[in-house]
Amino acid sequence: MARYSTKRSNTIRMDAGTRVFDISAILIVSLAAIFCVLPFLLMLSGSFSSESEVILKGYSLWPQVFTLDAYRIVFSTLGGTIVNAYLVTIYVTVTGTMLGLLTTSMSGYILSRPDFKHRDKVAFFVYFTTLFSGGMIPTYLVVANVLQLNHSLWAIILPGLMTPFNVFLFRNFIKGIPNSLVESARIDGAGDFRIYWQLIVPLSKPAMATIGLFLSLGYWNNWFGYSLYLISDKDKWGLQYLLYRMLSRVTDAVRDSQVIVEQLPSETMKLATAMLATGPVLLFYPFAQRYFVSGLVMGSVKG
Amino acid sequence: MADSTVAASEKALHRKNRLVADLQAHKTYYIMLVPLLLFFVLFSYLPMVGLYNAFTDYDFSKGLFSPFIGLKNFEFLFRGGMDSIIWKLTRNTILYNVAFIVLSNVCQIALAVLLRELTYRKFVRVSQTMMFMPYFVSMVVVGSIAYNLFNFNYGVMNNVITTLGFERFDFYKTPEVWPFIIVIVEVWKGLGYGTVIYLAAIMGIDESIYEAAYVDGASKWNRIRYITLPLLKPTLIILVLFAVGGIMRGQFDLFWNLVGNNGLLLNVTDIIDTYVYRSLTVNFSMGLGTAAGLYQSFFGLILILTVNGIVRKVDKDNALF
Repeated sequence: MARYSTKRSNTIRMDAGTRVFDISAILIVSLAAIFCVLPFLLMLSGSFSSESEVILKGYSLWPQVFTLDAYRIVFSTLGGTIVNAYLVTIYVTVTGTMLGLLTTSMSGYILSRPDFKHRDKVAFFVYFTTLFSGGMIPTYLVVANVLQLNHSLWAIILPGLMTPFNVFLFRNFIKGIPNSLVESARIDGAGDFRIYWQLIVPLSKPAMATIGLFLSLGYWNNWFGYSLYLISDKDKWGLQYLLYRMLSRVTDAVRDSQVIVEQLPSETMKLATAMLATGPVLLFYPFAQRYFVSGLVMGSVKG
Repeated sequence: MADSTVAASEKALHRKNRLVADLQAHKTYYIMLVPLLLFFVLFSYLPMVGLYNAFTDYDFSKGLFSPFIGLKNFEFLFRGGMDSIIWKLTRNTILYNVAFIVLSNVCQIALAVLLRELTYRKFVRVSQTMMFMPYFVSMVVVGSIAYNLFNFNYGVMNNVITTLGFERFDFYKTPEVWPFIIVIVEVWKGLGYGTVIYLAAIMGIDESIYEAAYVDGASKWNRIRYITLPLLKPTLIILVLFAVGGIMRGQFDLFWNLVGNNGLLLNVTDIIDTYVYRSLTVNFSMGLGTAAGLYQSFFGLILILTVNGIVRKVDKDNALF
């Protein structure tokens, strides 16, 4: 009885302070969350506004007249281009993610094997590239001149296959798989590759999901590679680069835009295209988010 | 003497045999290693050879055999002391990064700490998802959003400004406002990501400490002040130190898509990476660009080594190597 009453008074005393805390905390977190989402709402609203309204009154948070005109114009003037850019982006994303997962998981697997003698040396070989790099221009020259990948989508896919972060993330994940499993498979006569393919790959689905998401996000959002290697190959432009070209406004707005359409792309058209380029990501990410979170936690495990 | 040579050669032979034996025993490993070796040799180590071009007057048709000009590229970049190109680029790169590090970390920690104390599961989840949104969007789209906000004729900001009765403001011709815009956008983009990392670190704190504090009647404020923040300090120090190690690297994507090649703003928005990109795609001065890149990589390496040395002294377990 005495215990009960102290606990009760305790909770009552806490409640007043806690309520103030909770209310202010909820307020601050809500403001931050709105701050993060608001720009997308503006973009969405702009893409559904009518061009004349935007020209006259500028953008507003909510369209006064709700219209699909911008999308209609994008599809009628740029239809083929947009569909093609979608296909290019999907092709690059799928191919790059698959190949990247294969090479990253294989590398991570070898680096995790205790019986691989040179694993520390190889790990340093990979790690060193995060400390020192040739940088943008030398990399460009290798891809364009040495590998001769100019005008090819491989110039986008290949350089993005592996990152040290992903390789180490995968290695750290495999380190969590009990070695006894590998040993028993070996006693049963499985070779190193079979162990990788039939044991490690199925067991490392969470790591695959995380790395797969990192990879596909990178490929989907890539515009930079196109701007270096595929400037003149219009049929090989990905979505983001197409949007980039529509937006280039400062030095070469006129020249760049005329490449795509006869007249300058209108304001709402740009936003509609931006929505089309982000749409799939925005629809998909709430489901993918937890893999990112678990991956970040995994990646921060030192090994 | 002869004996020792024989012994040495025997040893070498033995070593060779062991190597062969190892190769045979783990043939599969070596085959599976090929993609990794090929990838990092081609895309990381081969470009390092290309850094040699920092010392040439680069000629597209001659490549690595372009005329050697010694330190001329560097002399050009460093010419003029405080007015030199390299000083401006270094100053911008470092100042922006310092602002990024300070503001991002403060906001991320504050939000992670608050989220830890909130018990409304659904609210925590939804707000976290909302904050994560900018992380998933390409910088090109961010650039288009920024343009939508700040452009002179139709921008949302100018809409608000004129509604309030003030004169239109031309953001894209006013260099002074861009440091603020760039820093805010960077904080905005990384908010969800960083908050999640700090939240994970906070969740790693022993729950029994909080329970003990609860039993003793500590308020939520006090729990934050006396438990969460002190215990978060090591993580913070490590993250900030390594961020400082990367201070020479820029957020190229961010700067280029927000400002691009806008000459009016270049003085306050040009960082090493944008300079290199312009050297490559606009001015075609590959030698100069490579020299700036080498300068960046070299000082970046020295910084990371220094920072790692400091981390080793502070907390050996968290050092990188």
